[in-house]
Amino acid sequence: MTDLPLRTADGRPLKAALAAAQVRAKRHAFLLVAPLLLFVILTFILPIGQMLQRSVYHDGLSANAPSLVAWFAANPVGTAPDEAAFAALAQDFKTMKAAKTAGIAATRVNYTLPETRSLFTATARVADQLAPPYKEAFLALDGKWGRPEVWGAMRQASSAYTIDFYLISMDRERAPDGSIQQVPENTRIYIYLFVKTFLMSGLIALICLALAFPVAHLLAVLPMARANLLMICVLLPFWTSLLVRTTSWIVVLQGQGAVNDLLIWLGVIGEDGRLAMMYNQTGTIIVMTHVLLPFMILPLYSVMKTIPPGYARAARSLGATSWTTFRRVYLPLTLPGIAAGALLVFILAVGYYITPALVGGADGQLISNLINFHMTKSNWSLASALSAMLLVGVLLLYWLYDRLIGIDNLKLG
Amino acid sequence: MKKLLILTTALTTVAFAAQADIIVMSWGGAYGAAQTEAHLKPWAAKTGIGAVMIDSDNPAQPIKAMVEAGNVTLDVANLEYADAIRLCDEGLLEPIDASKLPAGSDGVAAIDDFLPGAITECGVSTDIWANIFAYDSTKITGTVPTTAADFYDLAKFPGKRGLRRGAKGNLEFALMADGVAPGDVYATLGTPEGVDRAFAKLDTIKSDVVWWEAGSQPPQLLADGEVVMTTAYNGRMFNAAVAEGKPFQIVWDGQVYENEMYVVPKGAPNKDQAMEFIFWATSTEGLRAQAQQISYGPARKSSMATELIYKDGTTVMAPHLPTAPENLANGLASSSGFWVDRDGELNERFNAWLVAG
Repeated sequence: MTDLPLRTADGRPLKAALAAAQVRAKRHAFLLVAPLLLFVILTFILPIGQMLQRSVYHDGLSANAPSLVAWFAANPVGTAPDEAAFAALAQDFKTMKAAKTAGIAATRVNYTLPETRSLFTATARVADQLAPPYKEAFLALDGKWGRPEVWGAMRQASSAYTIDFYLISMDRERAPDGSIQQVPENTRIYIYLFVKTFLMSGLIALICLALAFPVAHLLAVLPMARANLLMICVLLPFWTSLLVRTTSWIVVLQGQGAVNDLLIWLGVIGEDGRLAMMYNQTGTIIVMTHVLLPFMILPLYSVMKTIPPGYARAARSLGATSWTTFRRVYLPLTLPGIAAGALLVFILAVGYYITPALVGGADGQLISNLINFHMTKSNWSLASALSAMLLVGVLLLYWLYDRLIGIDNLKLG
Repeated sequence: MKKLLILTTALTTVAFAAQADIIVMSWGGAYGAAQTEAHLKPWAAKTGIGAVMIDSDNPAQPIKAMVEAGNVTLDVANLEYADAIRLCDEGLLEPIDASKLPAGSDGVAAIDDFLPGAITECGVSTDIWANIFAYDSTKITGTVPTTAADFYDLAKFPGKRGLRRGAKGNLEFALMADGVAPGDVYATLGTPEGVDRAFAKLDTIKSDVVWWEAGSQPPQLLADGEVVMTTAYNGRMFNAAVAEGKPFQIVWDGQVYENEMYVVPKGAPNKDQAMEFIFWATSTEGLRAQAQQISYGPARKSSMATELIYKDGTTVMAPHLPTAPENLANGLASSSGFWVDRDGELNERFNAWLVAG
């Protein structure tokens, strides 16, 4: 007897019919998520991808100075610029003057070597008068054209794809011989700020946890009516504008603010001893903790709500002390909530911008404030290199978190 | 906060743009109000074309994003001199045909009527403003600060200081406080040792500095008693002192002054009207009208031909302007060439210095 394939009522093989049904179901599912997918791609993935591309791509010089790029390509690193190089430069300057693009090229070179922007723009202004021999003509215009650093910077900028912006993001630069070295100590900033941003975010997550745990517990065990009232108190600041909350804190904490006035009135501190709680790191931590607190309370609450009170009672009846009950029974059960809240607060804090900008003063600034600085100072490439590094940092932590705790254990509410 | 402001204003401008009003972005506060009174309102009354003022902490910031995104919602912006040159070089501003600027009221051609440097490829000066410092004369009595060095003297004048967050202006001021003559400031800053010297001077007061960003903050910091002395845009302090009657005293020693420029971003929706607006607003009368509202000096000689009186009808403006001879005694003209080149590099250094404990 041969094995006949199972068939459906209409005679088709069951296997094929099942597969077809599955394909149909998948297509339906895809069509359902398609609008959201399209939306996310158009408004999120594409722009972010474009921004990230800028971190390795800047064609300011390469697109506007083709002859020079050709000369660099034909001559190896270290070749002293000859007459042909200056002739190529002169030709490019004439084109750039006509197209008014010298400023764009200058901007790119200036990123690598400060003080070259005006060299470019000043030369472009008189580009029409350049005549052979070009080397002499350029050197007569400005002696800087003979400097190897300038030619080194142009060579680096002559390739549209570059890792220069990542070097800057890691406080590194290229030495004149092409090797990579640390920048002088007084301009090192980014590594320090990355570390500081992560440490401060961790600290804020810890403080949030310490403050949120009792509140969430109370919310979970109180009778419904009172729990609701308390919940509104938790959510009220959540619904208030971020700017209003932040500026309220300025009023409360500043040197001449409410807290200081109260402490002086109570005689705790003197007029000269007013505490500096605003426009510094302390201010940033206090205000960010307050702003992010609901993101810790809500996941904790949602987990605690599902823990049957019987577990703790059972532990107590079996002879456990209240501390042991908490440590061995209650705390492990709330772990998914703790993990979710901590991750949420931490990741939000890492990218926080407005609060440190308003209350951070000098030492309360985070990496996001520097990213904003470069966005507004129109060095978008550096801003996106810094953002990319921040993104990688967060992804690494996320991966670590997954390995240690497991993403499956996450409970966001 | 700035981002939010820009976003919300950009959204609201969409509605305005439909009526083809011109949108002007300036620095807000007393300065923005002065331009609204002197330029925007009379322009709307004269031409029937509405003009809307938008505030920013620094109008240079949104322009690149707007031009690159191809969504320019501004017609006119008011920029610092070095920014006007830098953005022009980067092709982000429309060139202005200076030959169309009206002659002075005395018939002198615009090019000769304007002070040197007041017209650039993409900008026309609206006024000359200065970075000065001021103190509260009810809080500091007896010996009062009179020099830039006094600002840095914590022993003689204890208390917090307010400084604008950024390298520009602060480095020059620090060097002058350290005894460098105004004429030598940029030569000194041009050397690495000179930059070190400026930062070393800033180090001496670093732990006592409150940093400000918006022009309206310094008078507020001074009024709240958060600082005993602060640098500021001179017009804001003048406004607080004369218009609001605050007991603030301006010290002109070590002032750094420069032109403020009207520019048109590339691709402005109402470019032609924007140009007309600038030609009109920077005429003899336009500049004069602004200088009657706030103590920034007009950039045309003809605007100063007859005595300038403040809008209160009694205050003579001349001694309050950065360009008054007695105020220029130890003053410095900001070098656009220096800042166009080194703005990025020195601000990096400044940021690093700021966050390093």
